[in-house]
Order: sequence, then C-alpha cells, then structure tokens
Amino acid sequence: MTSSALALVNVLAAEGSEGDSGFQAPTIAEFYPESLVSFSLFGIDFEFTRITFILFIATAAIMLLLVLAVRRPGIVPGKLQWLAESGYSVVRDGIARDVIGPKGLPFAPFLGSLFFFILANNAMSIVPFFQISPMSKFAFPLVLAVFVWVLYNYIGIREQGAAKYFKDAAIPPGVPKAALILVTPIELLQVFVIRPFTLAVRLFANMFAGHMLLVVFSLGAVYLLQVGNLSAIFAPFSLIMAIVMTFFELLVIVLQAYVFTVLTATYLNGAVEPAH
Amino acid sequence: MNILAAESANPLLPPIGEIIVGVIAFAILYFVLAKFVFPQMEKTFVARREAIEGGIERADAMQAEAKAALAQYRAQLAEAQAEAAKIRDDARAEGQQIIEELRAQAQTESARIIARGEEQLTASRQQVLNELRGQIGTLAVSLAGKVVGESLADDARRSGTVDRFLDDLDGMSATTGTSATTGTAATTGSADGRGGSSAYVPQDAR
Repeated sequence: MTSSALALVNVLAAEGSEGDSGFQAPTIAEFYPESLVSFSLFGIDFEFTRITFILFIATAAIMLLLVLAVRRPGIVPGKLQWLAESGYSVVRDGIARDVIGPKGLPFAPFLGSLFFFILANNAMSIVPFFQISPMSKFAFPLVLAVFVWVLYNYIGIREQGAAKYFKDAAIPPGVPKAALILVTPIELLQVFVIRPFTLAVRLFANMFAGHMLLVVFSLGAVYLLQVGNLSAIFAPFSLIMAIVMTFFELLVIVLQAYVFTVLTATYLNGAVEPAH
Repeated sequence: MNILAAESANPLLPPIGEIIVGVIAFAILYFVLAKFVFPQMEKTFVARREAIEGGIERADAMQAEAKAALAQYRAQLAEAQAEAAKIRDDARAEGQQIIEELRAQAQTESARIIARGEEQLTASRQQVLNELRGQIGTLAVSLAGKVVGESLADDARRSGTVDRFLDDLDGMSATTGTSATTGTAATTGSADGRGGSSAYVPQDAR
C-alpha cells in the first residue's frame, strides 16, 4: 500500500471519527513508504521501498528507450530516434558546447546522462500508479550533486593546476584587497559547499513540493466530497487544481532536469576556463 | 501512522543505503549511455552532416558542370556565327569577283568582236575600192567616148589621163578632208563614222 493510499484511508477514516480530526493533510510520511526488501550488507542497511523500485524502473526505462532509439540509426531518423537525438542535441549543442565552450563536447555524455536520468526520474511524479519522483528523496539529487562537485573540482585542478585553481577560488581576480576579508570566505564556501548543496536541494525541493501539492489537492477533493455538508460543491475546484498542478508539474519536471544540467555546465565552464 | 520512524525523519539526512543505490543507478545509466547510446548518436550526426554536405557538394558540382556546358555551348554558338558570317563574306567576295571577271571577259569579247568587224569592214572596203579603181577608168573613158563620139580608150590609156585624174582625185580628197567640201557629207558620216575619210571619195565621184 502506498503512503498516498494510506493517507487516503486516513482521510476516509476521518469521517467515522466524528470531526475531531478533520482533514488530515499528507505528512512527510509520504516519502517514507514501508520497506519492501531490506537487508544489511557490510554493516550498511539497505531498505528497498517502492520509491527505490521506481528509481530502478525509471532508469531502466530511459536506458531501454535510448538504446532502442539508436539501435538501427538512420540518416533520416524515425520518431523515437528523432526524439532521443533531439534530447541529446539540446544537451550536447545547447549546453555542453554553448555553455562550456569549445572544450565542452567531452562533457556531453556526462551532461546527457545527467539530463536523461533526472528527466526520467522526475517524470515518475506524474506517471500513473507511480506518482512519486525518486528525486523527491534527497539521497538521489545529492548523489548527482556530489558527482558534479567531484567532477568540476577535478577538472579545475587538472586544467588550471591545484594552486591556481584554489587561489582563484579563494581570491577572485579584480577584487580589492580590503574586500577579501568578506569575499574569500564567501567564495570558498560557495564553490565547495553551497554549489553542490543548492544544486541538490533545488531539484529535491521542487519534486518534493510538487508531489505534496498534487497529494494535497487530490486528497482535498476526496475529503470535500465525503465530508457530508455543502463542501462537496468545492470538490471539483480542488480536483481541477490537482489537474492544473499536474501540468505544472510536467513543466517543472523538464525545467529542473534542464536547470540542473545547465548549472553543472556552468560550474564546469568555470573549472575549464580560468576566472577572468 | 504505522511508519513511526518517518515522523521524526529529516528529509535532508538520507540513509547511506539510499545514496549507494542512487550511485549505482546513475553509474549504470551513465555507463550504458556514454558507452553505447551517445557515441552512436555522434556517429549518426556525423553521417547526417556528411550526407547533407555531400548533397550540397553534389549540387554544386552539377551546377558548375551545367555552367561549363552553357559556356561551351555559347562559345560554340559564337564560333558558328562567326564562321557563318565569314562564309557569307567569302561568298559575297567570290560573287563580286566572278562578276568582275565575267564583265572583263565580256568587255574583251566585245572589243574583240568590234575589232574583227572593223577589220572585215576595212578589208571589204579595200576590196571594193580596188575593184572600183579598176572599173572606174574604163567606165569613164567609155562614157566620155560615147559623149565625144569616138574612141578615146587607146589614147587615154596611152597618155595615162585617167590614172592621173584618179590620182588627182585622191590627192584632193586627202587635202580637203572627208565631208567638208562634198555635198554628200551626211551620207559619208553615217556610213562609216570614223577613219578612212578618203575611202568614200570614189562614191562621190560616182
């Protein structure tokens, strides 16, 4: 039983308990469904919940789709090939080449993988019967952000040399000496802590909030319908809002995947090219 | 709530297990995409670009070929026109030359014919003159004899009167010119027109 369904049961149960509880809003428990498989390996506890499986399904699905898309490539692409190539082209030309610059193309596969991984997992938030994005679990965006953090620092050190890279990060060129007291801690904090953290939180929070919104409006519609008085009149509004928010969620899904990739490219650009 | 742990969970503190799952999922996807999918797409992009550029190149080549053919055709046309003009000029010049030649030929021919006619005329005149010269003496003597009533022939012949008379006539006509003195000038002119003014004096006498 999903946690949303559980919340639905609670909403329906509220009727019987004679108004003392009223509408029970969905809680953070939404994101902690019961464990389906759990085991311990090397002292680390693994709990496979339905969200974990959604992650696997989304990843496998996008992988399968892309592999199928390029299985028999044609100069004149088929629909699936065209779709996949368009997605990759956006990342390759629009992000890797245009944001990072001429040195950006080698990063296209990484950026493309990021984009498709986030897109597929985000999309799960509105796919029927799944309806929750693994990206609303902080662990997954965090993993991606850490990958990005490691990559751009590694590239920065490789391209500019460790000394110059850290010096430029701590003391940005062109800043007055007196201002360095303020600028240096902020810059260091920004490059090495805030960037990955905001990257992960931005994606996580968007998907988290999106899911919450959808659940609130859906449950609200159900609650208003069965609460018993004239409230039923307002149920359609709540339902319409749930539908509207689903479309909004679609926008967020694509936008956040894009934003994450673009920001990664921006950080990589800073690492590839010395600060001006 | 049957998930008690969830109530107190901080969503920003993920369990290690979940992180590892995320790493594995992304690593697998990255491996497959970077190894199989994206290189294949790059290959397709290159092939597509080459196909398009090849098409453009082919079109360029065709256009160049067409232009060359047109230039060649125009050159040939100009050449043919020049040749035609030359042939026409040549023909005209040749025609002119033929006409000139024919005209010259005709002129020579006509001159020759005229000359021959004149020659014949002169010859026949000489002949007539000689004949008359022979007969006129006899005629004159016999006529005079008839008038006088006796034969003067022998005397005349003997004394050479006739010949002398004729010579005088010749001499006279030679000094006075053709028609000026004689009454038959018109006749004389129309009969001959030029030269030999003395030739017709005997006709006068007759």
